Amino acid sequence: MNQTYGTAAVLAAVLATLVIGSAGLRISRTTSDFYVASRTVPPYLNAMAVSGEYLSAASFLGIAGLVAAQGVDMLWFPVGYTAGYLVLLAFVAAPLRRSGAYTLPDFAESRLESTAARRVASVLVVGIGWLYLLPQLQGAGLTLGLVTGAPRRLGGVLVAVVVALAVAAGGMRSITFVQAFQYCLKLTALLVPAVFLVVAWHGDPGPGAALEEPPAFRRHTQVTVDSTVRIRLHEPLRAVAAGAVDGKRYDNAALLLDPGVHEVRAGTRLRFPPGAAVPERDGGSGPRTGASSWATPLSGGRDDHPLYTTYGLIFATFLGTMGLPHVLVRFYTNPDGRAARRTTVVVLALVGGFYLLPPLYGVLGRIYAPDLLLTGNTDAAVLVLCERLVGGVAGDLLGALIAAGACAAFLSTASGLTLSVAGVLSQDVLPSLGVRHFRLATLLAIAVPATASVAVSGLPVADAVGLAFAVAASSFCPLLVLGIWWRGLTAPGAIAGLLTGGGSALTAVGLTIAGPPADGWTHTLLAWPAVWSVPLGFLTMVLVSVATRDRVPAGTEAAMARLHLPERPAGATS
Amino acid sequence: MTGLALVAGGALLFAAGLAAGHLLARRSVGDTTGLGTPVERATFRTLHTASLAAPPLRAGLTADAARKAVRRLRPLFGTAALALADEDTLLAWEGPGRHHEHTALDRVRQVLATGRGRTFPVDCREPDCPVRRGTVAPLTVDGRVLGALVVLGAGESAAVVRATEEVARWVSVQLELADLDRTRTGLADAEIRALRAQISPHFVYNSLAAIASFVRTDPERARELLLEFADFTRYSFRRHGEFTTLTEELRSIEQFLELVRARFGQRLRVTLQIAPEVLPVAVPFLCLQPLVENAVKHGLEESVERSRVTIAALDEGATVRIVIEDNGVGMEPDRLRRILRGDGGPTAGIGLRNVDERLRQVYGDEHGLVIETGVGAGTKITVRIPKYRA
Repeated sequence: MNQTYGTAAVLAAVLATLVIGSAGLRISRTTSDFYVASRTVPPYLNAMAVSGEYLSAASFLGIAGLVAAQGVDMLWFPVGYTAGYLVLLAFVAAPLRRSGAYTLPDFAESRLESTAARRVASVLVVGIGWLYLLPQLQGAGLTLGLVTGAPRRLGGVLVAVVVALAVAAGGMRSITFVQAFQYCLKLTALLVPAVFLVVAWHGDPGPGAALEEPPAFRRHTQVTVDSTVRIRLHEPLRAVAAGAVDGKRYDNAALLLDPGVHEVRAGTRLRFPPGAAVPERDGGSGPRTGASSWATPLSGGRDDHPLYTTYGLIFATFLGTMGLPHVLVRFYTNPDGRAARRTTVVVLALVGGFYLLPPLYGVLGRIYAPDLLLTGNTDAAVLVLCERLVGGVAGDLLGALIAAGACAAFLSTASGLTLSVAGVLSQDVLPSLGVRHFRLATLLAIAVPATASVAVSGLPVADAVGLAFAVAASSFCPLLVLGIWWRGLTAPGAIAGLLTGGGSALTAVGLTIAGPPADGWTHTLLAWPAVWSVPLGFLTMVLVSVATRDRVPAGTEAAMARLHLPERPAGATS
Repeated sequence: MTGLALVAGGALLFAAGLAAGHLLARRSVGDTTGLGTPVERATFRTLHTASLAAPPLRAGLTADAARKAVRRLRPLFGTAALALADEDTLLAWEGPGRHHEHTALDRVRQVLATGRGRTFPVDCREPDCPVRRGTVAPLTVDGRVLGALVVLGAGESAAVVRATEEVARWVSVQLELADLDRTRTGLADAEIRALRAQISPHFVYNSLAAIASFVRTDPERARELLLEFADFTRYSFRRHGEFTTLTEELRSIEQFLELVRARFGQRLRVTLQIAPEVLPVAVPFLCLQPLVENAVKHGLEESVERSRVTIAALDEGATVRIVIEDNGVGMEPDRLRRILRGDGGPTAGIGLRNVDERLRQVYGDEHGLVIETGVGAGTKITVRIPKYRA
């Protein structure tokens, strides 16, 4: 990838963000502008902001990578990310706006009249925020590494610093315009190159049937293996190697590997002839590149229990969206419940439209960038395609555009999340320290995931985001749904549900990320906790609430009326 | 491997925290050597218990407050059970013997009628029931009996009777304070009503005079101004709701400025900077309009030069920062301090003080007005309003 173009594009994206963020106020100098300046944000603009903040590095880079590596099952990711808003629309959007709550802890406190519930919710918000920030920073490291050649870990830390400065210095005075701009940038950055890519693909002779077959190298390809991998071969492989394979050193020597499992040491360079099948990675925690099952659903390419994992994914993404701290905050900008609902409908359209693109990149990535399957670096598929398929200056420019889009993806989500987490930290967790206190909270909000992103690596971006969704789905989904639709919810019930549902999902996630490697059902259950942890959260909340029936908050009736009645009687004007 | 180390490190940290917390807790309760004689320590303990029970009671005599308070107070007596009742129900019962609820309630009714405490025997057929005798003492606020404190235990002793009376008196004082809090809220309500009525007769008079001057020369403008005036007064005199949205408050300010402009024309320059996401935020009714009025007054009426007023509303995460700035004559900081304290004379800056007090009352002391001013240096008023109000 051309580093000059790439760096310039990334810098331009960062600058545009900062400029719009600090200047995006409506200014009027005459009284006739007064009306324009004091008009609330219309639903379409707000929806663009919500979408801009929501489409993270996982959507921009991760989905294409997963589709390239693991096939059509991964299409559930974009479906789930979108459908989450359908659930949000049907059950939560309007009542939540009417509640007047700005954050989830606010909602817990106003509905349950309990500061203890507020505190538990705060801790969970911070946990989910950090869990979601981690893959954003990893995606940032990946992108910046590819674009500028910087080491991967440095990129994540760099973005963390930029976000911390922008948020702490009050550089986001009007975040709605920033996020709306980021959405447009992300959409453009995928849409325009996609057109070129499709045209180039059609011009390419004979790419058609490749999808059903195991991926193969289409031309002479050189692959550098970053970390030691074990590969499984189904037929003999010819290649030229420089490095160590199966403990034997090669110095640009021809290599013939028999079918079976082989170990390729880190730093080894392999050159494959055209037509050679891409070796399959064996075991380990990395994704498996199922050989022939790519285009068939549920054919066991990924995990031992594909049907279960699919349901795990569906539960987590459908129900987790409503519990994401940075999404909720944007809904407050709507003037009333009706506008909140309209915004959600527009978000559905915007997000749904965007998600048509990443699978295309995934498919093309499988055909034209199969070496990523071997190195396991599939998140990079989106970034390298233009260079491979279009080439020349046009390819470099398109690649730079995509880099700018990726930069927008992790900047927007990371700044939104940092803002939300810092708000909760400064309000509920840290002791009050005066004005500088929000800045300290910002530093803490971003420093923890930045440190973690340096320590933990190798988790695919979209997977890590899936885990954050799982925790949100098993803690805040029960709280919101029951809090809005059931009078019987009590503070002890809500706390117990949050702790068991969210806590168990969080534990499972922690074990998956940092625990000892597991296999079989244990691994599957821990890696996809939503199927059991969501019902667990609901059940605990209901049972404990019923058991503590005499503790139903005194203001429940009033709170319910506020949540469900329109703000203003129909036809009345003020 | 790093993962494993992380988990182990986390577990270790957790264990260490647990141990430290446990130790600290033990020390604060058990180890009181060096803190005086046993009598003094008993006094400290009693005062500590009382200070824990006080906050819930400050909310008044409700079921929730009663439940929290009796839980804190029971250790003071060392008897089996403790209950609080209001005029017709038992609000909370801490300890065993709940089946004597009806007996206790009957006694409470007598106390409510007579206003005098008494002790009574409790018949119980259950052999291991610890409740054999009870003591009731009235809770009086302003000479009115609001409820009663019931102490139930194994036997009668003069100490328990005395303790019951004293604690009942202490609870009464807390309830009286709660009453005072309510009165203070009511007073602020009255004050805002007064503020509305006071929307300055001067302004009404000046506006009408300015409109009158347009009636012949520019009847259309006069009509528009009259409509603005009507809208403005409707908003200002509106009776329902203590809160409004920033949008509505700004609209009222716009109407106000339009009327001021009718009088002063080009001498007044107003700049507005609004982050659109803060517009739906709920703000106390009429919390900005008096500040703008102040800024305009300082700028226009006390100088002949062109006056500039800037109103900015910025998003700061969980709070909104609103800044109102003028380039007028400014003020002595000392005089300002006196005005905000309330002894700046009968007419000076009532609006400013009222806004300051209401903001402090609704959002807490850290959300009062922040005013930067000096003689001849203009005035800058900053308000920080949380988006969510607990």
